Amino acid sequence: MADPNQETHGPRRRRPFKGLLAVSFGLLFIAFYVALIATHDGSRSNDEGIDETETITSRARLAGVSEKRNDGLWKLSGDRNTPAFDWNNSMLSWQRTAFHFQPEQNWMNDPNGPLFYKGWYHFFYQYNPNAAVWGDIVWGHAVSRDLIHWVHLPIAMVADQWYDSNGVWTGSATFLPDGSIVMLYTGSTDKAVQVQNLAYPEDPNDPLLLKWVKFPGNPVLVPPPGILPKDFRDPTTAWKTSEGKWRITIGSKLNKTGISLVYDTIDFKTYEKLDTLLHRVPNTGMWECVDFYPVSKTAGNGLDTSVNGPAVKHIVKASMDDTRFDHYAVGTYFDSNGTWIPDDPTIDVGMSASLRYDYGKFYASKSFYDQNKGRRVLWSWIGESDSEASDVQKGWSSLQGIPRTVVLDTKTGKNLVQWPVEEIKSLRLSSKQFDLEVGPGSVVPVDVGSAAQLDIEAEFEINKESLEKILGNASVVAEAEEFSCEKSGGSTVRGALGPFGFSVLATESLSEQTPVYFYVAKGTDSELKTFFCTDTSRSSVANDVVKPIYGSIVPVLKGEKLTMRILVDHSIVEAFGQGGRTCITSRVYPTTAIYGAAKLFLFNNALDATVTASFTVWQMNSAFIHPYSDEAVRALSRT
Amino acid sequence: MKMMKVMMLIVMMMMVMVMVSEGSIIEPTCKETPDFNLCVSLLNSDPRGSSADTSGLALILIDKIKGLATKTLNEINGLYKKRPELKRALDECSRRYKTILNADVPEAIEAISKGVPKFGEDGVIDAGVEASVCQGGFNGSSPLTSLTKSMQKISNVTRAIVRMLL
Repeated sequence: MADPNQETHGPRRRRPFKGLLAVSFGLLFIAFYVALIATHDGSRSNDEGIDETETITSRARLAGVSEKRNDGLWKLSGDRNTPAFDWNNSMLSWQRTAFHFQPEQNWMNDPNGPLFYKGWYHFFYQYNPNAAVWGDIVWGHAVSRDLIHWVHLPIAMVADQWYDSNGVWTGSATFLPDGSIVMLYTGSTDKAVQVQNLAYPEDPNDPLLLKWVKFPGNPVLVPPPGILPKDFRDPTTAWKTSEGKWRITIGSKLNKTGISLVYDTIDFKTYEKLDTLLHRVPNTGMWECVDFYPVSKTAGNGLDTSVNGPAVKHIVKASMDDTRFDHYAVGTYFDSNGTWIPDDPTIDVGMSASLRYDYGKFYASKSFYDQNKGRRVLWSWIGESDSEASDVQKGWSSLQGIPRTVVLDTKTGKNLVQWPVEEIKSLRLSSKQFDLEVGPGSVVPVDVGSAAQLDIEAEFEINKESLEKILGNASVVAEAEEFSCEKSGGSTVRGALGPFGFSVLATESLSEQTPVYFYVAKGTDSELKTFFCTDTSRSSVANDVVKPIYGSIVPVLKGEKLTMRILVDHSIVEAFGQGGRTCITSRVYPTTAIYGAAKLFLFNNALDATVTASFTVWQMNSAFIHPYSDEAVRALSRT
Repeated sequence: MKMMKVMMLIVMMMMVMVMVSEGSIIEPTCKETPDFNLCVSLLNSDPRGSSADTSGLALILIDKIKGLATKTLNEINGLYKKRPELKRALDECSRRYKTILNADVPEAIEAISKGVPKFGEDGVIDAGVEASVCQGGFNGSSPLTSLTKSMQKISNVTRAIVRMLL
């Protein structure tokens, strides 16, 4: 029997057929729509980062961060009346440094795998062989006997495997007990997934470690479940656990919580991921270039990464992708489950108030244990603050900071102290010593001849009388709680007890100058608070460079004089307050305070206080960083 | 037959409409930028916009930056003949816009595609800086004002989106 509901095709059936079709379509449509609504919510929640609560926070963060970082740039964008600055090659070539590490040309960023091996310090770095901007990244390589005099070597690793064809990114070295080296690094695969790879020297007998072999079984680690394929990079040096395994940590994020994943391994080829994280801090974003290491609570030497025990604290450091600041915290490591907690959770890693290695331009830093001299040494990428057009014109971009030793401040117990490696003193040439009393509101030229390559060590003392008068005077406003280097207007704003310090890379008329100074302020409890700042706002008349005011509070203990050290090297100024408790690296691009026109001044802009400055200024030699040649290597090996 | 065709057409249209509004994150994304209208119009003008994720939207805008830079360079080249007295400023603009095309854009594309958006942010910010410097070279009366302003605006919007990827 024919089924009356069965569809038939035929003109005689048109009317009921049409009705049937209409109903079918209707049902289909409703079903389709329902299905879409059901999946609509599902796909929304998988969508990266665009849900209600997040939009509110990201708006706030965006506003906050944009304003801060855009400071110099907003002024530029809005200011149509300032003529564009005409950079000429003479000005640009002056910017190249004399004694800071930089490749002969092109772009550099993160330090990679620093180590000491068979008499040589090795330095690897993120390098673009093709341009003066980031891209096409490979591992550059250089060696030195003393962390100061370098010779460039051929590229150590190129992007020649599927697992790193999109980039041979940052990594770290670990020494095995037999003295051999393993290198773990992040590769960006041919599908742009971030993975970890193993490499080792091709010839362990070659002290120059010219050639590297990649483990055929790479990658050794891929993003684990729950971690996005582009949030998994920068493996650390490994340390030994009490079980005798090796342990590493890798930064990442879960939504906006910065985290550090932990893996154990025996052979660096297979790993077990711990269920626990080394640490996590909400709202800090992606953690790049995580670094984890022990510091002695009592001694001034460095410690091998595997050292643990009661006399030791552990540092967790991360580079915050969101803000481009390197933050660290002092804390306690629990080896049994691979976790770490900060001593002070209110200044946990990545929080805006947490400690920074450096309050200026300083990112992607990495430390290593120098077994040659028993110290921990810190490298850091110092980017440019100029326009990319200038970088392209001058043909290069970025520097490394002078390597610094890093130890726990045994006097405060709460922060690290950094100091340029001793070996930099070998660059000191002639010196001049000064002992000057500087009254309020004075600027004193310091005659040292050439002033673009200097090492300055200075001690300051505020006149006792001035101090007592000001502290005792109730009408002197307690401004310490409101003061900040960044926001309080720079070195021209005069307070009772500051600012005072040096103006480097200054023209005779001070039309361009970079003041590095202390600002001492009275706190509400009548105690003094000291700030250490670098003001680059007038470092150049050019309007296409970023000119922030950098700095932070610097702890000054009872009985301590105020001390600062400044390394001036053309377009970089590294400043160290109170023996390296607070450090500030700045990039400056003067247009007239260059070559012979660059001068040094001492100044005291305080309203009332007289200051005594005792200081020595050394002329600094070039480090003569050489391009690769056997001769250059031989010359260095004789040192 | 005719009724069937009409119904099919209606259903198809509704499916497309639902699909389009279904996948698109353009509006909520643009709300988080300094110029919602500009953002939406730029992204909607690209066929990839409606189905793109945040990275995809950023890449579309970088494409717009590239296109605008090319257009501006062509305009600059034309101006040499028409306004020879502006040669110096035009030279500077030419250099600046070539930087956008040859340095900023490739850097941003590579960085965003590979998941290290901070370098993309640098490139995008720089595009705005280069445009401002070019504009500043004319001491007031610039024949490129609307083009440079456009670049600054697009740079700001793009930067906001790139920051969402950090």
